[in-house]
Amino acid sequence: MKEMSRIVKTVTNFVYGFIIIFGFYIIAHGHLTPGGGFQGGAVVGSAFALLLISYGSLNSKKFLKKDILSLFEGFGLILFIVLGFSGLGITFFYNFLANSGGWFGNAAVIGVNPGNMNTGGVIPLMNIAVGLEVLSAFGVIVLTMASAAEFTKKKENS
Amino acid sequence: MIGNLPYVAVVIFVGLGIYTLMFKKNLIKIAIGVVLIENGVNLFLITLGYRKGAIAPIYTYAPSGQAMVLPTPQALTLTSIVIGIATTALILSVAMMIYKHYGTLDTDEVRRLKG
Amino acid sequence: MNLSNHIPILIIAIPLLAAFLVPLIGRINKKATGILTTLALSVSLILTIVLAVKILTVGPQVYVFGATSPSLTLPSGLKFPIRIMLQIDAMGIFMGLITAVVSFVGAVYSLIFMKQHSGLDKYYSLLLLLTVGVFGMEFTGDVFNFFVFLEIASIASVALISFRGIDLGEPAEAGFKYMVVSSISALVVLFAVGIFYGQYDLLNFAALASVIKYSQLDKIALGLLIPVLAMKAGAVPMHMWTPDAYSEAPAPITMMLVAASQASLYALFRVVFSLYNISLNVLTVGWIIIIFGLLSMFIGVTMAIIQKDIKRLMAYHAISQTGYMFLGVGVGLAVLANPVALNQYGITAMEGGIFHIMNHAMYKGLLFLTAGALFFRTGTKNLDKMGGLAHSMKYTTIFFIIGAAAIAGLPPFNGFASKILIYESVYRFNPLLSIIAMVVSILTLASFVKVFHSAFLGPKLPQFKEVKEVPRSMVFAMAVLSCIIIFFGLFPDLIVKNLVHPAVMSLIEQFKYTGTVLGGM
Repeated sequence: MKEMSRIVKTVTNFVYGFIIIFGFYIIAHGHLTPGGGFQGGAVVGSAFALLLISYGSLNSKKFLKKDILSLFEGFGLILFIVLGFSGLGITFFYNFLANSGGWFGNAAVIGVNPGNMNTGGVIPLMNIAVGLEVLSAFGVIVLTMASAAEFTKKKENS
Repeated sequence: MIGNLPYVAVVIFVGLGIYTLMFKKNLIKIAIGVVLIENGVNLFLITLGYRKGAIAPIYTYAPSGQAMVLPTPQALTLTSIVIGIATTALILSVAMMIYKHYGTLDTDEVRRLKG
Repeated sequence: MNLSNHIPILIIAIPLLAAFLVPLIGRINKKATGILTTLALSVSLILTIVLAVKILTVGPQVYVFGATSPSLTLPSGLKFPIRIMLQIDAMGIFMGLITAVVSFVGAVYSLIFMKQHSGLDKYYSLLLLLTVGVFGMEFTGDVFNFFVFLEIASIASVALISFRGIDLGEPAEAGFKYMVVSSISALVVLFAVGIFYGQYDLLNFAALASVIKYSQLDKIALGLLIPVLAMKAGAVPMHMWTPDAYSEAPAPITMMLVAASQASLYALFRVVFSLYNISLNVLTVGWIIIIFGLLSMFIGVTMAIIQKDIKRLMAYHAISQTGYMFLGVGVGLAVLANPVALNQYGITAMEGGIFHIMNHAMYKGLLFLTAGALFFRTGTKNLDKMGGLAHSMKYTTIFFIIGAAAIAGLPPFNGFASKILIYESVYRFNPLLSIIAMVVSILTLASFVKVFHSAFLGPKLPQFKEVKEVPRSMVFAMAVLSCIIIFFGLFPDLIVKNLVHPAVMSLIEQFKYTGTVLGGM
């Protein structure tokens, strides 16, 4: 993929950070508002795709390392399944943190209220794990597809 | 009648998808056909959970006594969207591999396996 | 913490954990990936056997996710279950045993068979995910999670089929075909789930089975489910993906694909027996399934005779053998409403059909592995180019003879045991069906005699001078399957009485299935 015009690149510079922060906001507030790990991760992943399109696959490889992303992907998956396993004292996926008072351990208030981050037990942690997995998986997917497209094009020209 | 409009849209989505699958010969268009059917099914699930005049099923926004939209179909739809993303990515990757080897996306020419 | 209550989830969760660990381990040590996979699958195999013993002695097991106790299906006086659960009865664990054996053998075989390929960490990760998907399809107690596991299994299998697509065009082509077929069928399953949910607000299999009325919408759902599940199982009018996918996947994966297709077959039986049972028009639906069976048997075997590619030939035989399962179980379904006929021959027919599922997975797996062994040493799948291999590959020859004799239904191998059950009982239902089944069996024998002749007999060919026996781990994998085949062939009574009969009864007795979840046994 070739890099695009200066206008596109400037706009990308401008919105890139906002998209990523918005994605992380959706991940972190998954237990309170619509959204969650997958949705937030997809938003961050779209920021990666934007970077790739506007800067071209060669330049964006400096910012996006496939190796590091796939490491994060594995880490997110392991975190998720370990959270599932740690409920095994009672049942798999048991929400052992809920209402325990510690991390994300407060009881949720019933009725209309702005929402308390410190609720939900393992659900926010799972959202973070899924978010980490999805954003890095999206990064890996777009990077792999871009490099494969590059390869095909080279073959065509030769 | 107006309440049934989403179901009409479901039929249109699925019908277009099946049409694309049956009559189009380009691998990318076949992938689009699959995605169209998937959207139709997702819309069907979401519509099943809709209640007229109900509010969004968010725990902290809910005044007591107010009817809520069913959250289960939304969870189902979300899962199906996640799976759909993986499916689409995989279909497109395989299509790219086919293009790499055959130099074409036309199903009439991608036919080394037969008999 | 009493781990024995958690066995159902551990069978699924341990391969899942290993699937996520493998890519990370692969960064440190490439060789460790295969060993970790084999280890995880062997743990899962042992747990499956333990669970099988428990289920056959104690009764069906449920496992509720996230509840305060694993067997708490109806918390605080609810009438219908709300949580996701696994529900495993004798039929589910029967399929689970097949999957556990096949995946373990596949992993052992892959250790050397796939050695020269790159990206092995991804290969093993996908193999584990495929196992997880198939286990999930067999153990799940809820229609939506069935869809999820179906998709996990099909995504993993597509990636594995097109694994060699980096270097070759054909695997990618087969993978594309399979992906389109399986995503369409999964979406149709989801549509049927939507129809159920819209009517009854339920997703749990057992709860749905207790309220299903066989209304017009239920008929539509059944009409959607039967063809797509038969398509995923490879029944004939919808079999176009099967030969391509089976012949282009690496040999251990082909074996896993057979198990995955059988999981769809299991789901089909689950839908007609446990979900609808007597409420549907059993004679019509039974005959539909019988006709699927007849077409698959006959067209599968006639297509197989003309094939030159050894794996493609075996793939067509796989279609043909699936027909026997459809035939046996279809006859059982057709007489379900008639207790006299059911006791006289219906149950025996179903026992034959269900027993054939396990036998088929074993001998077809063995045959695909021998085909893989031939490919591993000679580098070709074309029968015309092979010849005289019995001189240099003695073990493979013996294993091939065992597999071929079993698939053709020769005594004393396991294929004979299940086929005789089908012939005898189906003859009393309709003699013509039984005769067709026997003719197909003879044609199968003819076809395998041809393969044996062209691949193994004859003088030693000069281009295969360097060929020697395959490495020890591959021989071990094939030997495990051969031992099972011979054991089942020698003691079919033992297996049918202790394993197959409970499975059949758990399909027929719908109230037991619903009772496990809803109480009131």
